[in-house]
Amino acid sequence: MSSDNDLFRVLIYDLERQRGDLVLIPGRRRFIGGSGLAALLYEKYGLPGAAPFDPGQPLIFAIGPATGYFPLMSKTVCGFKSPYNSNYAESHAGGRSALALRFAGYDALVVTGKAAQLSTLVVGSRRIELINVHYLAGADVFTTGKLLRKIASGASGHRSILRIGPAGENGSSYACINVDTYRHFGRLGAGAVMGAKNLKGIVLMGDSDLPLPDDKGYAKLFKDIHEKVTSSGMMEKYHNLGTPANVLPLNELKSLPWRNLAATSDPDADKISGEAFAEKLLMHNAACSGCPVGCIHVGMVREMFSTSHRFAIHQVAYDHEPNFAAGPMLGVVDPVEVLAINDMCDRQGLDIISAGVALAWAVEATEKGLISEKETEVKLTFGDAAAFKRAMWLIGHKANEFYALLGQGTMAAAAHYGGGDYACVLGQEMAGYATGETYFASQTVAFRHSHLDTGAYSYDQKHKEQDVDAVVKFLVDDERERVLLTCLVACLFAREVYKPQTMVDIMACLGHTELAANLDTAAENARRARWRLKIATGFDPMATHIPKRFSEVTTWKGPVDAVYMEALRQGYARAVAELGAPVAAHEA
Amino acid sequence: MKIHRALRMERCIGCHSCSLACARLVYKSVSWDRAGIRIRSTGGVSSGFQAILCLACDPAPCAAACPTGAMVQRKSGGGVLLKKSLCIQCGKCAAACPVDAIALDVAGNPSVCVHCGQCVAYCPHDCLELVEADQTTAAPCLESCHVER
Repeated sequence: MSSDNDLFRVLIYDLERQRGDLVLIPGRRRFIGGSGLAALLYEKYGLPGAAPFDPGQPLIFAIGPATGYFPLMSKTVCGFKSPYNSNYAESHAGGRSALALRFAGYDALVVTGKAAQLSTLVVGSRRIELINVHYLAGADVFTTGKLLRKIASGASGHRSILRIGPAGENGSSYACINVDTYRHFGRLGAGAVMGAKNLKGIVLMGDSDLPLPDDKGYAKLFKDIHEKVTSSGMMEKYHNLGTPANVLPLNELKSLPWRNLAATSDPDADKISGEAFAEKLLMHNAACSGCPVGCIHVGMVREMFSTSHRFAIHQVAYDHEPNFAAGPMLGVVDPVEVLAINDMCDRQGLDIISAGVALAWAVEATEKGLISEKETEVKLTFGDAAAFKRAMWLIGHKANEFYALLGQGTMAAAAHYGGGDYACVLGQEMAGYATGETYFASQTVAFRHSHLDTGAYSYDQKHKEQDVDAVVKFLVDDERERVLLTCLVACLFAREVYKPQTMVDIMACLGHTELAANLDTAAENARRARWRLKIATGFDPMATHIPKRFSEVTTWKGPVDAVYMEALRQGYARAVAELGAPVAAHEA
Repeated sequence: MKIHRALRMERCIGCHSCSLACARLVYKSVSWDRAGIRIRSTGGVSSGFQAILCLACDPAPCAAACPTGAMVQRKSGGGVLLKKSLCIQCGKCAAACPVDAIALDVAGNPSVCVHCGQCVAYCPHDCLELVEADQTTAAPCLESCHVER
């Protein structure tokens, strides 16, 4: 952080020139950090009208003012122009990335240009280096991680290794960036942007130290928050069973998508419940750096590869969303197979939610005769895990025309082969909550098309009444609070801990007194800035569409009301259009 | 005299709360490195975590290597003490430590565990403990072979 607390300290690295520029950019008081800073940097360095893979497009990694200073301020925001939808996009990841960037001495890293050969960028507090790694072309995510530990040696234990797999190199629209093995900048294709830059890896070395905040109350404030996190029980659900604890309640509420959303509950749910994963497969927990919760659940896949009892062991991180995409959505109910599909997807550097949902569509398209093994190479059938593992490899390696299209998203494939009505796409491939009209409409329009953009999935589970205005107000208000968290950048699991007053206290403690007094205004500014960017890059909220499948769903509230859902979509879209309206000249 | 032991590292989740607490409370810094305890993986995060900290050697090679008497052996086997005013930042203490427990900052100032135990309270999984220096349970091998008492 800069000593002038309105300035962001940003490293702009040009892969073509192999040069870094350290710049101090004013705007902390208006953009806070994280989501706001990424939007500010895209405004400054982005090319809204150019293609996502244009070498001039920036790939932005931004942290917040409290990163490293308080617990669970453990996420990094990645800003980029998405190859999935050509819109300005964000993805969030944890691991060690946030603290490594903080201790390397930066509020953000912006990578521009395209390297002449496949390369890895190494950034530390006293080291900036581009290493030619042409020999890693095509290497899977885990092999790449292992080799980068040797190739970019130093700061062991205190560095973060970001890397892509074949899917990123091959330009899949939902290629992710793997962070420290178990975390991801997933969805919307940040990995493909990295691939287009010929960038196989980024190694962030957190090898410096920063002064303590001057505020005498810092140690106490830290201790109070730490105690809330570790002793109050607020985080229990995240470190006990983790998010898969949702499976049985969602299934009970008829809100768990099964077999490409042909059903919303199934008697087999107990086989893939959070309890089943924890009892049978959970090996250990891991944590993002600076977070004592340890919500990362790592399960074990023990695979006998020879009849003479030779085994391969795979450690696979799991959560509700990946489990849903590789499990019920594909009709797979063996937890070992769910993890094995996840593992194969992870190695390719694909986003598992997108890839799983895309394959679910492919199964139904196969059943309906739109595609066959001529396209898919393996027969895709609900429940056939071996076929899905093979298909993950085929998508990652862009094996043929069909998988090249499927790697651009379900709708890209449906545009060619048909079957758009049952493509489970709400802006992007849906996450594992078939909770009803609010969620479907919200995810369709919302900024990241992520279930975490708003609490719509939770709203659906609590409200049966139909009230468009109330829902739209809820979505708009809820998003503002979440954007404040993603500007800081707190883990969204910590939203019960980081209430508005606590965030004001933190900003004041860190010396950002002016920002502390105007935190809500700054969050609103950041929120509007990123909506403006999304709209400037082609997003039309009113033109969004909810495929027919979502109106064929039955939840605990009964059959989805398509007319009400459309009213919600339009209502929220109008609100978003207003939030993202261009700034009038006199306001700019 | 108490000494600090990482008794139950197989429970460690790699959150760094201990080292961040040491940096904050002992070394008045926000850092991974400027701390008396540092957590590293043993080959990627899937391979488990190791605590790098002072084992309270007696005699201590770091104290023996110090040319100015800045790093001195504490009495009763409680590790070493650093007298900052006598330190010339030569780094010989760090080079002499057999387990790399002493970190040097950019200026060459050493950071070493002072066995104060302030980090212990911040470990969410009870991996760390202060134990009596003269007890047999103080052996560093307990990282992987502790028995619940």
